[in-house]
Amino acid sequence: MRTAAYLVTSMLLIAGAASALAAGSEADFKAAYAAAEAANKEAGSLRNQWTVTASALAAAKKAADAGDFDKAIASSKEAEALAKASIFQATSEKEAWKALEIR
Amino acid sequence: MRSVIHFASAALALAALAFTAVPFAVAADKPDPVADAKAFKNFFTQKFPKVKLEDFVNGPYSMNEDMHRQWEEKEQFPPYEFSLDMGKEMFAKPFKNGKSYADCFPNKGIGIRQNYPYFDAGEGKVVTLELALNRCREANGEPAFSYVKDEMAALTAYMAFTSRGKPFDIKIPDDPRALEAYQNGKRYFYTRRGQLNFSCATCHVQTPGERIRAEVLAPALGILNAMPIYRSEWSGMGTISRRFTTCNSQIRGVPLNPQDDEYRDLEYYLSYVSNGLPISGPGARP
Repeated sequence: MRTAAYLVTSMLLIAGAASALAAGSEADFKAAYAAAEAANKEAGSLRNQWTVTASALAAAKKAADAGDFDKAIASSKEAEALAKASIFQATSEKEAWKALEIR
Repeated sequence: MRSVIHFASAALALAALAFTAVPFAVAADKPDPVADAKAFKNFFTQKFPKVKLEDFVNGPYSMNEDMHRQWEEKEQFPPYEFSLDMGKEMFAKPFKNGKSYADCFPNKGIGIRQNYPYFDAGEGKVVTLELALNRCREANGEPAFSYVKDEMAALTAYMAFTSRGKPFDIKIPDDPRALEAYQNGKRYFYTRRGQLNFSCATCHVQTPGERIRAEVLAPALGILNAMPIYRSEWSGMGTISRRFTTCNSQIRGVPLNPQDDEYRDLEYYLSYVSNGLPISGPGARP
């Protein structure tokens, strides 16, 4: 009986530690947000920011202000992916636009 | 001896390639506005053989008979009339220093819309009519108007009205900076942007006459001749700046600031390739 109680307690402890590890922290959010902002800034220097990137960044900030760091990190990562896609677009279009030209 | 012959042949072949390939590459990349404008007009007149060249300035209303009838009926009581009256009044009213818009423009600002935008050699940049109007205001101690709101639309509506029927006459002077501005405008027009991955050409070259939701897309040829426009969708007037910035946001791209170099160059390109088509502004659109 005592062994079973130890086992259950250990399992609960492990589960608790695992969920604490999985939950995003403020520091994780700050790192994810900074990466997204940097990518969006690069898109800005290419004159090709997307409105959806700005929306994802705003959603990340709002979630962080409400203390929901999981959501804030997810939105930051979405913003970073969108910003990187806009950078790719601007870079590839440097030559690709010519294919659309009326000749 | 054989290897010497091989070497000499290879060198000759390389030299021949260099002489033929290089001029070709340069020629292919060098902008040719005259050829562009010709190809632009050919493209649209072949795509819409029933539309008369001068009718392209009516945008979606030129695309089919039903829409053309709608436009004719609309012109009986045009929705831009209030703006036109406001523009006329504003244009005539002197600034606080006693001068007026007429003092800033050739021919006192009457019948000159078709010459804008132009390349300003002193500044080394394109100057649009909207920009010239605000510069006129600022030079006379008045605050600049928003480029996307009613006052600017009213002023340009009046100036376009006094120029109705005059063909676009945009000049590209013999100045590499002017040619570069033209080429930048062309590149902007064809470059895909925004999350929807659309360029201006996606709607106005590849799919004019088709519907995007409930709207019929206008052809790029003559698209600026009717500006500014009253848009039912906006329930109000819109300037060229408003049109460019909203196009960008509609495809989920962050718009640039009105009258940024890219937009000025885009206006230069689009106006140039519509040279010869009459000014029809102010216009009305669904």
